[in-house]
Amino acid sequence: MSNTNSEWVSNTRRQTKQLAYWTLAWVISVAIASFGPKLLWNFNNTASLISIMLCLLLGAGMIRQNMRYINNLDELQRQINLESLSIALGVGIVGGLCYSLLDISNVIASDAEISYLVILMGVTYLVALVAGQMRYK
Amino acid sequence: MKNRIKVLRAENNMTQADLANSLQVSRQTINAIERGKFDPSLPLAFRMSRLFKLPIEEIFQDI
Repeated sequence: MSNTNSEWVSNTRRQTKQLAYWTLAWVISVAIASFGPKLLWNFNNTASLISIMLCLLLGAGMIRQNMRYINNLDELQRQINLESLSIALGVGIVGGLCYSLLDISNVIASDAEISYLVILMGVTYLVALVAGQMRYK
Repeated sequence: MKNRIKVLRAENNMTQADLANSLQVSRQTINAIERGKFDPSLPLAFRMSRLFKLPIEEIFQDI
C-alpha cells in the first residue's frame, strides 16, 4: 500500500512539473506571437501564422495536461480546484461582459483589452484556490 | 456527517500521514474528513472500511 501511495505522490509531482513546463512553453509562445511580428520578422504573415499555430498547439497541450493534473488530484483537492475554476469562469464571463459593455457604451475612453480579462480570471482563480485551501485546512 | 476516523486511527496507532498514505489521498483530506469539513466519496469510504475492517456505518454516522 505504501509503495502504491509513493507512486501516487511521485505521479502527482510529475504531473505538476509537466503542467508547469507546458504552461511555460505556452507563455513563451504567446510572447513570441505577440512581439515577434514587430521585433523579429517585420510583420511577415507566414511567420506570424506559424507562431500563432505553435501557440495554439502548445495551448492545447497545456489544456490536456491540466486535465490530467486535475484528474490525478485526490477528491478534496479536485473539489477545491473545481470550485476555484467555476468562480474564475463566472467572474471572467460576468466581468468580461461588463467590461465590454463599458467599452461599447463609451463609458471608458480606452478599448477593452482581452489581457485584462485574462489577468482578472488568473488572479480570481489563484485567490479562490488559496481561500479553498484555507477553508479545508 | 460525523465519523470515528480519529478514534480508529488512534486505536491503530496511525498518524494522519500514515492513513493518507494507506488511502492514497493527501493528509489535508484526512484532516478535513476528521474535522467534518469534507465528506468522502463512496469509493474512499469503502477503502476506509476495508482498511479498518469495519462496516461503513460503524465509521460514519449520518446526523
